[in-house]
Amino acid sequence: MSTPATVLTTPAYDDAVARYEPVIGLETHVELGTASKMFCGCSTAFGATPNSQVCPVCLGLPGALPVINEAAIRFAVMIGLALNCQIASWCRFARKNYFYPDMPKNFQISQYDEPLCTNGWLAVEVEGEVHRVGITRVHLEEDTGKSLHVGGATGRIHGATHSLVDYNRAGIPLVEIVTEPDVRSPEVARAYVEELRELCRSLAVSDVRMEQGSLRCDANVSLRLRPAPGEPEAPFGTRSETKNLNSLRSVERAVRSEIIRQAALLDAGERVVQETRHFDEASGRTSSGRSKEEATDYRYFPEPDLAPLALSREYVEAVGASLPELPSQRRARLIAEHGFSGRDLVDMGNAGVLELVEQTIAAGATAAAARKWWLNELARRAADAGVTPAELAIQPVQVARVIELIAEGSLTDALARKVIDGVLAGEGGPDEVVAARGLAVVTDDSALSAAVDTAIAAAPDIADKVRSGKLNAVGPLVGAVMKAMKGQADAATVRSLLLERLGA
Amino acid sequence: MPLALKDVLTARGMPTTCGSRILEGWYPPYDATVTARLRAADVVILGKANMDEFAMGSSTENSAYGATRNPWDLARIPGGSSGGSSAAVAAFEAPLAIGTDTGGSIRQPAAVCGLVGVKPTYGGVSRYGLVAFSSSLDQAGPLARTVTDAALLHAAIAGHDPLDSTSVDRPVPPVVEAAARREVPGMRIGVVRELSGEGYEPGVQARFDEAVALLAQLGAEIVEVSCPHFDYALAAYYLIAPSECSSNLARFDAMRYGLRIGDDGEAGAEEVMSRTRDVGFGPEVKRRIILGTYALSSGYYDAYYGQAQKVRTLISRDFSAAFERVDVLVSPTTPTVAFPIGAKVDDPIAMYLNDLCTIPANLAGVPAMSVPVGLSDGLPVGFQIMAPAFADDRLYQVGGALEAALDARRGHSLLAAAPAL
Ligand SMILES: [Zn+2]
Repeated sequence: MSTPATVLTTPAYDDAVARYEPVIGLETHVELGTASKMFCGCSTAFGATPNSQVCPVCLGLPGALPVINEAAIRFAVMIGLALNCQIASWCRFARKNYFYPDMPKNFQISQYDEPLCTNGWLAVEVEGEVHRVGITRVHLEEDTGKSLHVGGATGRIHGATHSLVDYNRAGIPLVEIVTEPDVRSPEVARAYVEELRELCRSLAVSDVRMEQGSLRCDANVSLRLRPAPGEPEAPFGTRSETKNLNSLRSVERAVRSEIIRQAALLDAGERVVQETRHFDEASGRTSSGRSKEEATDYRYFPEPDLAPLALSREYVEAVGASLPELPSQRRARLIAEHGFSGRDLVDMGNAGVLELVEQTIAAGATAAAARKWWLNELARRAADAGVTPAELAIQPVQVARVIELIAEGSLTDALARKVIDGVLAGEGGPDEVVAARGLAVVTDDSALSAAVDTAIAAAPDIADKVRSGKLNAVGPLVGAVMKAMKGQADAATVRSLLLERLGA
Repeated sequence: MPLALKDVLTARGMPTTCGSRILEGWYPPYDATVTARLRAADVVILGKANMDEFAMGSSTENSAYGATRNPWDLARIPGGSSGGSSAAVAAFEAPLAIGTDTGGSIRQPAAVCGLVGVKPTYGGVSRYGLVAFSSSLDQAGPLARTVTDAALLHAAIAGHDPLDSTSVDRPVPPVVEAAARREVPGMRIGVVRELSGEGYEPGVQARFDEAVALLAQLGAEIVEVSCPHFDYALAAYYLIAPSECSSNLARFDAMRYGLRIGDDGEAGAEEVMSRTRDVGFGPEVKRRIILGTYALSSGYYDAYYGQAQKVRTLISRDFSAAFERVDVLVSPTTPTVAFPIGAKVDDPIAMYLNDLCTIPANLAGVPAMSVPVGLSDGLPVGFQIMAPAFADDRLYQVGGALEAALDARRGHSLLAAAPAL
């Protein structure tokens, strides 16, 4: 690696993007959630004992041959259709040849110049603005094994005394989704990956867990000078490829850091080297990977062990007809049907409660109440318990019942929280908890008016103040009544009752 | 029924070496589909037969475990790459053998050992468990002393296999019935013009011409047919086969099985791979890996691999056009009889020319048989029959008729003339 000849001045991000236009393309690998691997019957379950989910085919033993998993084809076609791609009526797999110990055959079965899906797009919204990101291609390939480098301090190959390889991952179906260089900011890059993740989740084709590597992203970044008004756009600059970004935040940070780094180079009159880079979470910076001067020659050629894939129109149409509602369609519907704002949807999506809110509305609750209870109360409880909202021991239909009791006046918000406590504690449904804990709002007038009388008698000074017109002074009396009622009264009702009794 | 299995097919309980040091000590954990079908038919696998390393060769001299000799003349080669299989059957060590044929590796050994050898239609016999040399060309098939024996063995191993995506799901051609029918009246037999003339030994050409005349006597109609692109078959083959082999043999890297050289605690994985492949592969295998790596390289792909694939298409078209006029095509199987051991080891091109007549059938995926038709200078001469894809039965029909007529004329089978060992 060469050291820079000049000391670079790092520009501020805003300054960098004011002068240079970032050009960003994203390559995303999604591990498909098929039960078995791409070319053999081995399980794809995550986290099994190393090398327990292998066979002659995925170990690449001499003589073993691949057989295409139909489910993987179907999942890839679903992704292609959801991304508005054309699905090839005829395509082939190709061998990508290179030597690496975690690759059992020393070639990867992938697709080269004949991908399954081409020419699509995905709309991404950032702060109210819609960006249409072109999809160049979606193709299928097999994953490699995983190397574990032992003996070094860092767990990296550098400094390790030996390496172990786990082939459980080898042969798991992957789709690679490649965008056009259409993305112009780190925020859109992040939003694209997020939208793609939601899309794959809604299609149920992958668990898209970035932290487990079932969705991984590489970002290609280059800069070009922004043209002066009236001048044509400059050609694309040299790009770097930052590999294996494993969180949405990393996507955004890595792209941002690359923009700043490249702007510094260009400002100093240096050139950007076309190379692979790695993003370091701790420093927030990218560093050069093992860059070879010439590009690796993968010697692609059509995979002779597999017949070409010729999907009929009927097949593709049937897959298209089976597609569930996509995130963008769903958002449009939720806005139209329930009056949610875009912000609401983002918040509910981030909190993982969108589905639950919808089910709660379906069970009879108003949209506003369903959103409020899931987003504020239940999402917080889930976070406290370290589970997802969907994993809470309360059903949307039960939440709808709680909301109904509030609307009827049988519960106050405070009481409702106690009912939720009871349901979460396994004491039964909302009605059972109300009955067992005696939580209903007391509407019995005699009990309430006795409590009001007691409170007035106990605090004659305050009562006088209220009588003399200082209505705001009634607060402590309300508190006293509520305390006497053990919270099972409606504060507003108590207040008006007190004012009425005091003639104010 | 005992059988010798070419050491390129896996069988549980026995090593599979492919004639290479790099697979030294490897016991496959699974049976090839061919092996499984043989076992299911109560065939006893006597052992693994020697071969040219990874089936690359025409003489069985390229084996890390030593050369195999021709039972007709121990100073000569038994053909290759299935030379262990052909020698075992010709020497009466095994009544049947399985070979594999990528460019003639069943038919040429059968020819030079006086046996019947068949390369079935590509996709007719499962390749699962056949250690690949050139995936789009490899096909396993029978080596036997008679056409009927070959047909019975063919029927036992053929048929669709879901484990091989290139295996074809259609009924096995009625090869056993065809071998019994042995009739050629009314059949149109095409003699390939391009597969004769210069480079063909006079004795080989004479036996071939006599056999064609005999088929005419038996009632077949003889037609001369031109397949102009066969002239480019050898060149195309020596680009396609090495290209595929360069990729297929990449897996032999010391990481998971077989030989491992240089793992001294200091060397990295890349160095261990490199040292192992240096020691583990023989010169012919290295030559083809280098050739194939070059042919697939970016910038050369179109000129070499791409061009070879176009030639392949043209050869298929030659076959299609010919089969519109005739039922089968015939030629000598090899231009020469068995040559002395060592005669061509230093001349790869001369060695490659052995496969001149057999390669077109592999490139087009059509079935072909070699059947013995006599001796030249005391050594067997093979007669090649080629049929359209999935018409393997025609090979047996014509081969059976020829075999019966020759045996009747001679008063005994050709193998009965073989010298005692
Ligand atoms: Zn497997």
